[in-house]
Amino acid sequence: MIRDITIGQYYAVDSPIHKLDPRTKLAGTMIYIISLFLTKGIIGYCIGAFFLLFIIRMSKVPLKYIVRGLKAIVILLLISVSFNIFLTPGEEIFQIWKLKATKEGLIIAVYMAVRLIFLIMGSSVMTLTTTPNDLTDGLEKSLGFLKKIKVPVHEIAMMMSIALRFIPILIEETDKIMKAQMARGADFETGGIIKKAKSMIPLLVPLFVSAFRRATDLAMAMEARCYRGGEGRTKMKPLKYKQRDYVAYTTLFVYFIIMIGVKYIK
Amino acid sequence: MSIKLEHINYIYGEGSASPIHATNDVSLEIKDGEFIGLMGHTGSGKSTLIQHLNGLIRPTSGNIYYNGKNTSDEDFSMKELRSKVGLVFQYPEHQLFEVTVFDDVCFGPKNLGLEKKEIEERAKHALQLVGLDESYYERSPFELSGGQKRRVAIAGVLAMDPEILILDEPTAGLDPKGRDEILDAIKLLHKEKNITIILVSHSMEDIAKYAQRIIVMDKGKVKFDGTPKEVFRHYKELEQIGLAAPQVTYIVHQLKEKGWNISTDITTVEEAKREILTIWKNRKNS
Ligand SMILES: Nc1ncnc2c1ncn2[C@@H]1O[C@H](COP(=O)(O)OP(=O)(O)OP(=O)(O)O)[C@@H](O)[C@H]1O
Ligand SMILES: [Mg+2]
Repeated sequence: MIRDITIGQYYAVDSPIHKLDPRTKLAGTMIYIISLFLTKGIIGYCIGAFFLLFIIRMSKVPLKYIVRGLKAIVILLLISVSFNIFLTPGEEIFQIWKLKATKEGLIIAVYMAVRLIFLIMGSSVMTLTTTPNDLTDGLEKSLGFLKKIKVPVHEIAMMMSIALRFIPILIEETDKIMKAQMARGADFETGGIIKKAKSMIPLLVPLFVSAFRRATDLAMAMEARCYRGGEGRTKMKPLKYKQRDYVAYTTLFVYFIIMIGVKYIK
Repeated sequence: MSIKLEHINYIYGEGSASPIHATNDVSLEIKDGEFIGLMGHTGSGKSTLIQHLNGLIRPTSGNIYYNGKNTSDEDFSMKELRSKVGLVFQYPEHQLFEVTVFDDVCFGPKNLGLEKKEIEERAKHALQLVGLDESYYERSPFELSGGQKRRVAIAGVLAMDPEILILDEPTAGLDPKGRDEILDAIKLLHKEKNITIILVSHSMEDIAKYAQRIIVMDKGKVKFDGTPKEVFRHYKELEQIGLAAPQVTYIVHQLKEKGWNISTDITTVEEAKREILTIWKNRKNS
């Protein structure tokens, strides 16, 4: 159940996509998202879908696994789709109570849904094929120029990587505590909202306690190994572009040109 | 209150990149009033196996029968099962949450829907069993030492008055005295109330001393299942899977090699002492 959330969970297989430099993947994801917002026509979306499927196939992550990650946004999707269908003025299709569904609204809603789904799938490909550490390394390096205007890029990146690292640990911990309390007869499923909220206490208190304990332990372990921020810190594995990254950038460039092209053809 | 497992398989992360086959075709029968020691090297699937026994996880394939009733049946009451089978997790102190020690121990019986008086009596009795006196009742569980927390957590499960008690390494990280106290309390429960006990432990000495039956897990499979004497006879094979026999078993084996007429089935220090003393007496007399 909780394990179904795929964002932030690395899928460990060996593929050309996994091997890319994290900066390439970050840039690729950005370009892909921008391209989604540039086009509107069916052809554009088809190309977008085709490109996404191609990347997913290359990454060797099962499609099923990526689609499962969409579960988390189903509600968001439903809300925005219905808002668009019913609140866009235009030609009426049908009416429920006082709400008019319009043709224009339907079209916008479909476009939006497609965009959102592709966006989430595209970013899941990135997080599934890049370890959180690589990802923040890539972010730190790409945003390094911000250091000049006194943005603590390294610290933010470190905080992010720790947060990402802790997600699966805390999920596991939740699972463990839940089981331990269920063994003592706790019931997390039945009952009304108030009873359910109350039944969360035996879960949340130990979870917070353990999160704080882990945080202090980690801070102490880092200090014991002389961590003192980004100043003068070197990397064990400095990021370096390889040939496959140039190939990837070229592919992305071609894709982007095609997407822009498609927009102006009609 | 017998539990029967038939061909239990459990796979973690089925459908992910690296599924883990944690229990592999395990078939067992646990009878009333047994004291079972469960051992196996780290990651051999002990914790996974015992979670099946009170329905916290459902086997990927295979069936569990509880008094003849299949636990995967629609009308099977998990709640009842969990009230009868108490499970103390590895590092149970991480599950404490109440404001006071006493309230925390009351959590389990409260969930059973008992009356207040009964709940309090059970909590008091459980705390007494684990050796915590009244001065602890009103303290916060978070300000206790690790070993004290452990005792509170164990009391929390004991207060549910289970018919089968499963303990996953209850003594890891405790001092020798604390360890003996807790194990003796468990032994007492077994003897007085005839509760079935399943004790997971990495200590061969503890298992040899307390268990009547030993189950050895290796890579998710049951490797040996028998009395301590039967199982520790295979001490060479146990070593191959990262375990060992109790120290005294090695000593008696060496004595045997030196020409002593001593039984090699000895697994506890008390037995060894008795045996050696008789041999000495016989020598003196002859
Ligand atoms: N929640 C989980 N998710 C994925 N894999 C798990 C999970 N829990 C255990 N495993 C894996 O299942 C296997 C068996 O684990 P289990 O905890 O049952 O071992 P164990 O015998 O209790 O070990 P230990 O003596 O260290 O407690 C291990 O390989 C472990 O990595
Ligand atoms: Mg374990």
